[in-house]
Amino acid sequence: MIVAEPKPIKEILEMVRDYKKILVVGCKGCVTVCNVGGAKEVGILASTLRIAARKDNREIEVGEHTLERQCDPEYVDELKDIIDKYDAVISIACGVGPQFLSERYPEKRIFPGVNTKFMGGAVEHGIWAERCAGCGTCVIHYFGGLCPIARCSKSLMNGPCGGSAGGKCEVSKDIDCVWDMIVKKLMKEGRLDDLLKFRPPKDWTTARDGGPRRLVREELVK
Amino acid sequence: MSDYKSGSNLEKVLKSGTFAFTGECGPPQGANIDVLKKKAQHLKGCVDAVNVTDNQTAVVRMSSWAASLFLIQEGLEPNYQMVCRDRNRLAMQSDILGAYAHGIRNMLCLSGDHQKFGNHPGSKNVFDIDSMQLINMVKNMRDEGKFQNGQEIDVPPKIFIGAASNPFGDPTEFRPYRLAKKINAGADFIQTQSIYNMDRFRKFMKQVVDMGLHEKCYILAGITPMKSVGMARYMASQVPGMDVPESLIKRLKGAGKGKVAEEGIKFAIEQIEEFKEMEGVAGVHLMAIEWEHRVPEIAERAGMLPRPKID
Ligand code: SF4
Ligand code: SF4
Repeated sequence: MIVAEPKPIKEILEMVRDYKKILVVGCKGCVTVCNVGGAKEVGILASTLRIAARKDNREIEVGEHTLERQCDPEYVDELKDIIDKYDAVISIACGVGPQFLSERYPEKRIFPGVNTKFMGGAVEHGIWAERCAGCGTCVIHYFGGLCPIARCSKSLMNGPCGGSAGGKCEVSKDIDCVWDMIVKKLMKEGRLDDLLKFRPPKDWTTARDGGPRRLVREELVK
Repeated sequence: MSDYKSGSNLEKVLKSGTFAFTGECGPPQGANIDVLKKKAQHLKGCVDAVNVTDNQTAVVRMSSWAASLFLIQEGLEPNYQMVCRDRNRLAMQSDILGAYAHGIRNMLCLSGDHQKFGNHPGSKNVFDIDSMQLINMVKNMRDEGKFQNGQEIDVPPKIFIGAASNPFGDPTEFRPYRLAKKINAGADFIQTQSIYNMDRFRKFMKQVVDMGLHEKCYILAGITPMKSVGMARYMASQVPGMDVPESLIKRLKGAGKGKVAEEGIKFAIEQIEEFKEMEGVAGVHLMAIEWEHRVPEIAERAGMLPRPKID
């Protein structure tokens, strides 16, 4: 899933300080799963905004709405009858959500309420870790099912750098060295030959380096 | 003459079978050429080539190729270091062409320390290619006369290709294989990480020799003399992939006040003496960081002088 974290409340308050009618929009997708942008968090953020306004003796009206998905025009459309009542919208979906809202409702001021972090998953309750950098040409089968592009701090394709120590990355003791894992796994499986194979420079055209990406599936285009 | 891949002094010395001796020089954190020239003067005549670091530990310094050119002017042979952190394949290849055209003949191909360690931790890194791919790219530029995209080069750069190896990095059991991989990718010579744990290094070299790797490339053992107990402690605990045994720290401590640096140099000289005899070791790479003025003394006491002149 796409993993996000809440923006500091101070930053959000600063963003919408000049608005009196604010709509907080959540999403039932990834951000609900990582406890940052679902109906529950919409409720919490809305109350926080109301309390903050009351403290400053400001009158505000805060609406709450959670869409099935914000990355889908069909669901974004659902806001058309209520959005007119508000002059600002805070989306607490991943970075895609507020952009889809901006595109559909260009006259509204749309603010991002979360910081979108990465594609990953929960490794423990309350802890998420990155797994994929969306390079556009998946090659993890060469590496025992582990991705060195997203998970090695230097995206090395041909083995661990000299800084790998005790299973940890040189960058931080909080980061597992994925090359330590790849090497140990493949050696255990007797796949030293695979480790010794030279992996040539990657063609990054399928990654973000090729420019913003677009996907067309002819068979699905109406 | 045509037998040489690059014709660099370092290549000639190694090929002649002489025990090689390389030094290191960090470019200034500014345009202060006098500092660089002073460092160069200390190293002149003591070493076969001088590594010129490339924004080492991710701290901005004068570019490695520019400092290398100053060394050439000072009559020294540079070993031009290049890291994958700061450049994509376009910038790397163009820098290599320029460096070669200006007379640079040796290169050391590295991944590079992560920018988090340096003085611009908020920068974006590149890592378009990794050190293995860089080694291979330089080899193809030299031997096939081709750019990374396969296009032909009008006058290919003839570079003697170096790579690094850390015998103390994890996972340890893979390190000799990673070295083998670098040799297959095109490395002509290897400079190792600074060695302090001689036991571990002996074991590493035994495996390297058993695999026959020393016959396919020249291996230079890395040495950084310890200046102080603090430095030893710092290296032991703060530098990832460095192995400083407690016994060495004890030995330095035992030297007593004012004598630690001398003890550090003594240890370095003992190491050099052992490396001269060690099967598979073709030379020593001395990284006397900000201690260039002690290099002549170390070279002298370790019996490394005079350096050979080979035509
Ligand atoms: S190889 Fe690319 S697509 Fe596959 S997991 Fe890694 S970054 Fe994602
Ligand atoms: S320590 Fe491991 S994860 Fe970190 S940069 Fe080196 S190889 Fe990559």
